[in-house]
Amino acid sequence: MTTAGIDIGAKLVKVLILRDREILAKAQEPVGFEPGAAAERAFGQALKQSGLAEKDVEVVYATGAGRKVAPYANDSVTEVSAAAKGVVYFHPSVRTIIEVGAEEGRAVKCDERGKVQDFAINEKCAAGAGSFTEAMARALELDLEDFGKISLESTKSIPMNAQCAVFAESEVVSLVHAKTPNPDIARAVHDAIASRIVSMVRRVGINKDVALVGGVSHNPGFVDSLNRAMETDVIIPENPEYAGALGAAILAGERGK
Amino acid sequence: MSNEKKEFWRWKEYNWRDETTDWKGAETITAGADVGSVSSQAVILVDGKLYAYSNMRTGSDSPDSARKAMDWALRDTGMTIDDIHYIVGTGYGRVNVPFANRAITEIACHARGGNLMYGPTVRTVLDMGGQDCKAIRCDERGKVTNFLMNDKCAAGTGRGMEVFADLLAVPIEDVGDLSLDVDEEPPPVSSTCVVFAKSEASSLLREGWSKKRVLAAYCSAMAHRVVTLLERIGVEKDFAITGGIAKNSGVITRLEKELGFESLKSNYDTQIAGALGAALFAKTLVEKQRKSA
Repeated sequence: MTTAGIDIGAKLVKVLILRDREILAKAQEPVGFEPGAAAERAFGQALKQSGLAEKDVEVVYATGAGRKVAPYANDSVTEVSAAAKGVVYFHPSVRTIIEVGAEEGRAVKCDERGKVQDFAINEKCAAGAGSFTEAMARALELDLEDFGKISLESTKSIPMNAQCAVFAESEVVSLVHAKTPNPDIARAVHDAIASRIVSMVRRVGINKDVALVGGVSHNPGFVDSLNRAMETDVIIPENPEYAGALGAAILAGERGK
Repeated sequence: MSNEKKEFWRWKEYNWRDETTDWKGAETITAGADVGSVSSQAVILVDGKLYAYSNMRTGSDSPDSARKAMDWALRDTGMTIDDIHYIVGTGYGRVNVPFANRAITEIACHARGGNLMYGPTVRTVLDMGGQDCKAIRCDERGKVTNFLMNDKCAAGTGRGMEVFADLLAVPIEDVGDLSLDVDEEPPPVSSTCVVFAKSEASSLLREGWSKKRVLAAYCSAMAHRVVTLLERIGVEKDFAITGGIAKNSGVITRLEKELGFESLKSNYDTQIAGALGAALFAKTLVEKQRKSA
């Protein structure tokens, strides 16, 4: 059976095509101002990659904040169910999933089949999401990728006082003025966001194994801080930003049209 | 700082002095220095009467900011810091005011300053500052009876407004009046978080909203946010607003509308409330000191 998942997030649209446990294709596009059109483009790319035609894809499920405007979709699922399903499919030992996207952080507790048992979401505040790191990298005039890497070179843990991303930006500027080395500032930022995410995860409980998905999982500095704050090493699945799209594609196969 | 990009958030620094008063024969000269996270003020009182003040942006170093504000307040007065009998430091950086005889919290100082600025009938002072927002309940002598503050989040603060002014390329002093110049009140922006409100505003602009309309939507969201803070502590009249945002007609008009009553107005500069309160405390303290000596 061939199915597809479309995940329309705050920043990116992700599309994944699945056939019998095998990922045939995956593609992503910036959401821009027309999420529907962006999803169409990403879907087209994925089809091209897989060499399939639109009619070959039997069922399509959408997920993500913009799931209501997804084209081709037969049905939709919440991003919480999709992430749990997508992660546990290839990592059956996982019971806690942390998902950190651009504007939202989520913690999901699930069973061995990837069924959601409990979850917590932060959607009100940039302080617990990827936007926070982005804003801080910008304040340091560093590339987001470099910002993640240099954090690992830090030798010192400096606590950040500010919680709000807007205030933290001023705090980062003060740290620069105080001649704090960039790696230490980067680590302070990652420690701060990790500690907020862990306090959200504690609301559902930390049950091993723990997996991390979402765009922020590509940031090694954040992962390092998170592992330290959790006192356990998180599993990062392959293509962590596609966990939602994968989950939607799996659920499309299980539930059908 | 780059010269190419105009910084719309950058409000003007200034000082003021009462040219009609001769301080030389004065019995008590006291001062207050309020080093906030965004702005710093110094106030000089001559025999309990407002004589001079300054309002500056806080730099990255608190002692420097305090000194700079005090120097500006003293400018052209012929007075030096040694002529001042007692100085109280307040605000976020109060422990870093090098020339202060004592530090007092900004909550106490705002209530005390508000008491002089708006009169003894004031029972609730809302201080809308640079990085926090405080709802303070006080008695007829300006003594704090209860307070509640938001200092975790930029929503509802001056810094949040600065970020917005910059995003929309509107000088911060013009935000309030422009936001009121709309035919119809738009729905408030839905995001509380300033970072998210920025993305929301960008998409509204792309959808064809005018800057004024976006400003209106932001000011009304900010007003609403502050009203929920006020409702938690309860507003007893008379009600007064201090701090930088008190100068933003767009926020204040909407806030008063949502509350259902108006705030008291004063001839004093709303941004000096903290430093003024500190200078008043300084007067009380120096008089006490003299009595016991």
